[in-house]
Amino acid sequence: MKRIGPGLLAIVLLTVPLWVGNPYYVHVLIMAGIFAILALSLNLLLGYTGLLSLGHTAFFGIGAYTSALLALRLDWPPWVGFLAAVLVAGLAGYGIGKVSLRLRGAYFVLVTISFAGVIYLVSVNWMELTNGPLGLPDVPPFSLGLPGLFELSIRTKPAAYYLVLAVAGAAYFLCHRLVRSRIGRGFIALRENEALAESVGINGTRYLVLAAVVSAAMAGAAGSLYAHYTRFVSPEVFLFTYTVTMVIMVVAGGKGTLVGPVLGAFLFTALPEALRAVTSWQWQMLLYGVFLILTVFFLPKGVIPTIETWLRERRASP
Amino acid sequence: MSLAVEELAVRFGGVAALVDVSFEVEPERITSLIGPNGAGKTTAFNVITGFLRPARGRVLYEGKALTGLRPFQVAERGIVRTFQKTNLFHRVSVLDNVMIGLHLRGRMGFLSILLGDRRVREEETALRGVAEEILAFVGLAHRRDEVASALPYGEQRLLELAVGLAARPRLLLLDEPVSGMNPAEKTTVMGLIRRIREQGVTILLVEHDMRLVMGISDQVIVLHHGRVIAQGPPGEIQSHPEVIRAYLGGR
Repeated sequence: MKRIGPGLLAIVLLTVPLWVGNPYYVHVLIMAGIFAILALSLNLLLGYTGLLSLGHTAFFGIGAYTSALLALRLDWPPWVGFLAAVLVAGLAGYGIGKVSLRLRGAYFVLVTISFAGVIYLVSVNWMELTNGPLGLPDVPPFSLGLPGLFELSIRTKPAAYYLVLAVAGAAYFLCHRLVRSRIGRGFIALRENEALAESVGINGTRYLVLAAVVSAAMAGAAGSLYAHYTRFVSPEVFLFTYTVTMVIMVVAGGKGTLVGPVLGAFLFTALPEALRAVTSWQWQMLLYGVFLILTVFFLPKGVIPTIETWLRERRASP
Repeated sequence: MSLAVEELAVRFGGVAALVDVSFEVEPERITSLIGPNGAGKTTAFNVITGFLRPARGRVLYEGKALTGLRPFQVAERGIVRTFQKTNLFHRVSVLDNVMIGLHLRGRMGFLSILLGDRRVREEETALRGVAEEILAFVGLAHRRDEVASALPYGEQRLLELAVGLAARPRLLLLDEPVSGMNPAEKTTVMGLIRRIREQGVTILLVEHDMRLVMGISDQVIVLHHGRVIAQGPPGEIQSHPEVIRAYLGGR
């Protein structure tokens, strides 16, 4: 059963465009994939090191703008823009980490919120660079290969789906490797007991900055995918609601697990769309809220940890 | 000389926790730091391990200054401490607690880990083996998969010892390792401390249990009101008039 599960899931994920005819559903899945990368990225901080970044959308937006601007202004191929987005977002994460992680706790939260606020203001007011609140239209779609030689343009929804699936898969496996390594154990140690972690030789500041860099870089990757998929970037990418959505996905799915945030991303991307289909917009947000409260009330640790506990108890007492 | 503490002074606001403390710890010996509550024992530990900066004085380990180093840097030099109150990675399994303690023995860096280098897996297997040995040493092998917070109190304290040992100390500072334990558990810990010393580890012990201190120590240092009032072998300390006065009060 343990072997069949992931294999089956892989087959389902890989064949989705073949049996999901409606492009709208594929679109929802693509957005879920992008949010899955964001949730995994936030989870690395919130779930493993215990740091709450409430400005995570800043790294997402930086990735989106970097990639879009490089493509529009300098004509760089999107995959190079993607790498640049990862790099620039990672650097931003390094800066934020260096500045704020000497303080930890609430100060880190405040610095991340302020950072997102500042970046948002820059995106609105630096008209020459960002085109202000009008945003950047006509971002080219993602393409692979080298211009002139060969090019594989990703314009169709199924192609975009596979691209996002590949990046989300890579993000998942990178997180998997990281959290099960000595570095990941360092993250967990700092979350559980910083004094003890330091007294067995774990350099707290260094590891927390590392976590911030990796997390920011992943969010930057998601931003780049978003820019080239929706083909439009505006200051809205910095909205606080995106951060809140990420936190909801991580917490409801199960922070500190790897499957949890991915499941959370899927649930909370699909839910508003499902509600939109069955009810009017006034009820939509209300029901979303009710669903969220019920989840927090009945599954306070998140979906995946609750299932894990339940399975363990069932195995313990057959 | 293993550890040398020279003229340490620490103040908390108007309170002098350590006034002028100097002592030395012989290598591969068990040295105990005793004294009534508030004498400054834990403060001395905090200064030695980098959790606290002294107002004056310095700490030398094998001739090199430790003062000013951060706790993880002190650990890198082979000096590891345990804490007075139960201090574990509570929501993590017993085995993973020790695996975290093994941090400094791992060599794999960020890139090797991301790229899934074969050596990463080899190192993990090797470290797991070491962790299991350490658990067997303290007698917790049967608990390896349980969550640390689910262990009974005595076993949690043994796990703390295991985490400390995992960091491969050459100087181990134990802060009240048997407080709250029953007599059988105390005997176990006493045996473990002796065996750790036999492996060449220097031990500095803070403990209130006088039977343990007098039974195990090579050297005893008595702190009172932030000063060293006596030091010497256990036999001498037990009959030292200043020590008796400090513990029993009176003039």
